[in-house]
Amino acid sequence: MKIVVLVKQVPDSGAERNLRSDDNTVDRGSANNVINEMDEYAIEEALSIQEKHGGEVVVLTMGPSGATESIRKALSMGPDSAVHVADDALHGSCAVATSKVLAAAIGQLDADLIICGAESTDGRVQVMPHMIAERLGIAALTGARKLTVDGSTLTIERQTEEGYEVVTASTPAVVSVWDTINEPRYPSFKGIMAAKKKPLETKSLADLGVDASEVGFDGATSTVVEHSKRPPRQAGNKVADSGDGGVQLVQYLSSEKFV
Amino acid sequence: MAEVLVVVEASQAGVKKVTLELLTIARELGEPSAVVLGGPGAAAAMSDKLGEYGAQKIYAAESEEIDGHLVAPKATVLANLVTSVSPAAVLLASSQEGKEIAARLAVKLDNGILTDAVGLDADGTATQVVFAGQTIVKSKVTKGIPLVTIRPNSVTPTPAAASPAVENLTVELTDKDKLAQVVNRVAEQKGSRPELTEASIVVSGGRGVGSGDNFKLVEELADLMGAAVGASRAAVDSGFYPHQFQVGQTGKTVSPQLYVALGISGAIQHRAGMQTSKTIVAVNKDEEAPIFELTDFGVVGDLFKVVPQAVEEIRKRKG
Ligand SMILES: Cc1cc2nc3c(=O)[nH]c(=O)nc-3n(C[C@H](O)[C@H](O)[C@H](O)COP(=O)(O)OP(=O)(O)OC[C@H]3O[C@@H](n4cnc5c(N)ncnc54)[C@H](O)[C@@H]3O)c2cc1C
Ligand SMILES: Nc1ncnc2c1ncn2[C@@H]1O[C@H](COP(=O)(O)O)[C@@H](O)[C@H]1O
Repeated sequence: MKIVVLVKQVPDSGAERNLRSDDNTVDRGSANNVINEMDEYAIEEALSIQEKHGGEVVVLTMGPSGATESIRKALSMGPDSAVHVADDALHGSCAVATSKVLAAAIGQLDADLIICGAESTDGRVQVMPHMIAERLGIAALTGARKLTVDGSTLTIERQTEEGYEVVTASTPAVVSVWDTINEPRYPSFKGIMAAKKKPLETKSLADLGVDASEVGFDGATSTVVEHSKRPPRQAGNKVADSGDGGVQLVQYLSSEKFV
Repeated sequence: MAEVLVVVEASQAGVKKVTLELLTIARELGEPSAVVLGGPGAAAAMSDKLGEYGAQKIYAAESEEIDGHLVAPKATVLANLVTSVSPAAVLLASSQEGKEIAARLAVKLDNGILTDAVGLDADGTATQVVFAGQTIVKSKVTKGIPLVTIRPNSVTPTPAAASPAVENLTVELTDKDKLAQVVNRVAEQKGSRPELTEASIVVSGGRGVGSGDNFKLVEELADLMGAAVGASRAAVDSGFYPHQFQVGQTGKTVSPQLYVALGISGAIQHRAGMQTSKTIVAVNKDEEAPIFELTDFGVVGDLFKVVPQAVEEIRKRKG
């Protein structure tokens, strides 16, 4: 089984993040860039399927040249190789264009299974798995908290408001995973050393047969008109409990008509 | 006036509140038409409610095949509808399903998409709050019509009586729409609490609650206030409370009138999911806890003393 894992580099969600004032895109220059957390679970899932069923795991990233760092980190967990789609024309791409590029890259890899995170921490759009599946004409099993592979049959369990659903599809398919699915491994020292020598192929838009006018700012289907910092909340009254903290809390809630 | 399509979401209890909010917003952009995508009989049960909130028309696409697969059939039916009626905009809830339908629709129609809007102007400009609530963004679709998913609790739903006619849509699917088959739906024990993202009050517990058993205290306060229960990731990871109730970066985003944080430190990833709540109160024994930077009212104290006392006080006031 050939598994492609989608890995996005994002600004660390634990630190302050910004949009650039010149072109309203995510400021990656000043940020501490890391692997999108949910994608580590996708990598782990791919590796554990490989351990059981054999085959090959390829990491696929679309992002600026600096994303190489995250790709090497991903490789140090265990995947066999990586493809990095990097092209200056990609700057400013919207989700619709990103899905076009990723689908084209996946098409060249002849994958049986594409595993990605349920959402990215920067955009939190949760759209990529279905967009890619729609373009490739294959199934999307999204939000998996459990995935089983039996020959060419994939079965997932996904959380819903009412409980959970069991959904199946045949390969090829896209599966997006939630962080409840597994516990990602830490790269070993050996893994880190090995990652430096693993094949990492960089592809341009021309390599994928995608025209530059379809991506970036030129091809964008939506635009950020303006952005501003949200004013920080004003902290209100804080009382130390000296025996009547619960009563004081209820008094406040009652003054605001909540009780 | 131009037609605005609103994709209906329903639970066992009927039309979800977020759909009524979408109908309210849609009226600013044109004439709302509700689109019901579901199993046989889905629309009839909801038409009164949809009319009450201003749906001028109801499109009903009902089939077992819609119900039995993940979103692909819904997107196909919706894309056909958009092509035939040329609406001014399409609005969906910013739920997992809403975003997924919108994602496929965007690709099918080569149309821009905006997700997680907290507001939408008449000209289609959406407001989004990003980066853990720190940045406000205004954005627009520049290719096609506004295709926008909107967060629950972004507006107050207001009635505007209408008597919509129901128009049945023919559901024509291809094999490609039926690749992801739902083979089982398992209902889990669910009390009478409101749904987390839609609730107007959320009471959440964190690692400070200490155990799954102790979460009964959180639930007790929540039930007294008619609130939903939430949890921090630390509480979920420690097994105190199920994952679907996690609030934050990798959980649900909530924006209730009141958010009550019990034994939660207020890490940036937790804030990401609750920062836009209208009023925030907290109980935490550490007076330096960052949650207090957000609170309108904070109690520095032991939640095992403060919360039972609050529960008792509310009971007393209720008489
Ligand atoms: C990529 C990423 C995504 C994340 N996503 C999320 C997310 O979606 N949601 C989320 O919540 N977190 C998320 N986190 C984790 C987040 O960083 C924090 O670790 C987490 O929110 C801490 O939970 P907590 O406040 O319950 O626990 P702690 O930080 O341990 O805080 C417990 C608090 O309880 C107080 N306390 C203890 N005992 C008592 C008592 N008896 N009475 C009163 N107060 C008491 C303590 O003073 C302390 O402030 C994420 C982290 C990462 C890296
Ligand atoms: N530029 C990208 N390169 C590689 N994978 C991506 C990219 N953007 C999104 N993804 C994948 O799609 C998932 C969902 O992202 P999103 O729809 O942006 O929330 C992520 O967790 C990644 O696995």
